[in-house]
This record gives sequence, structure tokens and C-alpha cells, in this order.
Amino acid sequence: MKNRVISRTAGIGIIVILSVGIVLAITKPFSVMEENDIVGGFQFPSLPYGYDALEPYIDAKTMEIHYDRHHRAYFNNFVNAIKGTPVEDMSLEEIFAQMSSMSDVIRNNGGGFYNHNLFWKNMSPNGGEPSDELTAAIEKAFGSFDNFKELFGSAAASRFGSGWAWLVVNSEGELEVGSTPNQDNPLMDISPIRGIPILGLDVWEHAYYLKYQNRRPDYIDNFWNIVNWRDVSERYEAALK
Amino acid sequence: MKHELPKLPYELDALAPVISRETLEFHYGKHHQTYVNKLNDLIPDTPFADSSLEEIVMKSDGGIFNNAAQIWNHTFYFETFSPSGRREPQGALADAIKSSFGSFDAFKEEFTKAATTLFGSGWAWLSMKDDGSLVITQESNAGNPMRSGLTPLLTCDVWEHAYYIDYRNVRPDYIKRFWEILNWEVIESRYK
Repeated sequence: MKNRVISRTAGIGIIVILSVGIVLAITKPFSVMEENDIVGGFQFPSLPYGYDALEPYIDAKTMEIHYDRHHRAYFNNFVNAIKGTPVEDMSLEEIFAQMSSMSDVIRNNGGGFYNHNLFWKNMSPNGGEPSDELTAAIEKAFGSFDNFKELFGSAAASRFGSGWAWLVVNSEGELEVGSTPNQDNPLMDISPIRGIPILGLDVWEHAYYLKYQNRRPDYIDNFWNIVNWRDVSERYEAALK
Repeated sequence: MKHELPKLPYELDALAPVISRETLEFHYGKHHQTYVNKLNDLIPDTPFADSSLEEIVMKSDGGIFNNAAQIWNHTFYFETFSPSGRREPQGALADAIKSSFGSFDAFKEEFTKAATTLFGSGWAWLSMKDDGSLVITQESNAGNPMRSGLTPLLTCDVWEHAYYIDYRNVRPDYIKRFWEILNWEVIESRYK
């Protein structure tokens, strides 16, 4: 009798464990590393938080598709494009510095790979505040933090079609705001804005369409709630060195 | 001259499930309408204040071009669809497709490739040259082949807003089903 009760309890326990496992498998709340995520010197990164971590500003479904479909496709297409070529042994920074001499497939997919690597780290559910040094540099370059937000938001809103808005440290060590089309970025020798990107905002429609549809300005306004200022501040320090 | 959003020649749910009502509500009701609103905001006190839409598309640049061409392109795109209608070309256009691409299937394959591989936002086009032969081109963002002296016959919008609600990241599925809602009688009427 007692044994029977125990075995029934154990059975329920197994069912509960299985159910949780199935639910986890269906909703996939976290990014999962796959076999081909490291190819040569390049690695497809895991997401530094769960798909729902940036709710309600970025919804879990968008995060999942954006990371697991779009970003992963850029990575796969990039490593396939450079396979067996001299580019295989170069860093992304070296590739971008010579972008004008490379193929569109490397430009588009290498850019897409790098830009999203940065974008995920630029966001966090609890990203803190900009460092004193970064705050001072923002005020020096743009007059005030509000002015910076307005300029950056305007760069993101006015980029017609697909692209990115950027905050960069230029070759003079000063901050600049701008935007690039498609998957270009400020490290590329073809970019109208040059420098080391420390903050990027994806304004491809796939970044916001499921939640915001045609309302890109709302997506841009909400972005400020999830900026990882600790990461941006660290990138600022590193860019000055 | 105030530009107006043209009426859709079918109900919002007429193209489902290839293009859903929800997609059309945003694509036609919001995106297309916003291009009309923005153009009307931009043109007063410019040389284009009293120009026809086509003239603005041919001669302007920057924000005026982007909004004008997007109005023109979307009207042209939406007019091509119909819940019923002939799904293959006939007559002179069918002959031209055959002589330019080899066969209707070969044409579909080439057009599909142009629509699939266009990187970022833009449009795939089938156009007619002055000599009556046909050509497939890709245009980024608001681009329009009339600017290159071509006569447009058919276009596929591959901005993500055209398919993201229904197909997410899978643009090839959208293009595959695009053929199911084309009204070739409309496309033939443009081949004159």
C-alpha cells in the first residue's frame, strides 16, 4: 500500500518534470548553443539574457526570431562566404577596414553578424547609468544628455529603409551620432560615419514589427528603457585606449 | 496639389491567407497612408507643390522622392492583386515573357531570385524596355525603374513590413505565394 502511494507520487513527479521540460522546449525561453556556433575564429554568441528579459519593450517572440533566425542566418552566411578564403584568418575589424575591396555577401552578413553581437550586449533589463566619464563626454559633444537622445533618436527615425543608428567614438576620441544603411557599420571603410561603435540601434523592421508595426518612433522611445549603460560605458573607456 | 490615398480595389480580407487582413490594415491603412500624409506635408512651397505624382517621382530626390515613390510603388503593387483573376499571362505579354526569359517558369524563377536576394528594404520589378523586351531589376528602398527609362509592369514589395506579420523572417515563402494573388489582366493592360 505504502509502496503504491510512493510510486504514484514519484510518477506524478516524473509527469511534472516531463511537462516542464516540454513547456521549456516549446517556448524556448533562453538561447541554446548549437553545434555549428563556433566556426574557425568566429563564434555565434549566446544571448546574455532570456528572450523575455526585455519585455515589455521588446517582446519575447521578436527576440527569439531576431536572435535565432536573423542573427544566426547572418553568422552562417558569413562563415560560409569566407570559408577557404584568406578572409577566414582576419578579424571582423580587419575585414571592415577593407570592406570596399570585399564582396557584398561578406559586407552584408559580416555586418549583420557583428552589429547584432553588439546590439544584444548594448541592452539589458537593468543596465544602470552611464559612467561619469561617458556622461561628461556626451554633454561635451551634444550639449546635454537630452540633446544626445534627441539626436540619436532622430538618426534612428530618419534612416529610410533598413539600417542602424550609432553612437561612435571617432578618431579624435570624440562622440558622434549617425546612421548607416542595411547592415553597414561605422567600422567599415565605406561608411559615411566612421569610428568605434559603442551603442547601436537596429531599425530594420524585423527588430520591431511584431510589437510596434509601423510605429518605429515608439520603439525608439522605448529603447532608452533597456540600454545597458554599463556596457556602453565600458566600450567608451576601451575605445579611448 | 493634395495627393490622396487611392481606394483598394478589394476588401482588406480578400487576399487572405496569402496576405492577411492584418497585414493590409497596416500596409495599406498605415504605411501607404503615411507616405501620402508626409508627401502632402513636404511639397507646399517647393517646385513640386502642383506636380503630378509621376512627375515628382521622375524629378525629385531626398524625402520628397522617398514618399512620392513609395505612394506610386504601393498603388502599383496593390492594384496588381485580386482575389480572383487569371493567374498566368496570355497574348502579347505571354509572348514577350517567353522571348525574354525562355518560359513563364524561367521568368518566375528569375523574378523570385531578384525578390529573394534584394538585401534590406526594396522592390523587385518586371519592366518593359523601349524595344518591347522585358527586364527584371531590383530597387532599394523607394527606387522606381521609371527613373531608368523603363516602363514598370509588375512589382513585389520586399520591405519587411510587406510580409513580416504573415511570414516573419521567411521572405521566400511570401514570394512563393505572391503568384497566387496576381491578376495578369491588370499586368497585361500595362504592357502597351
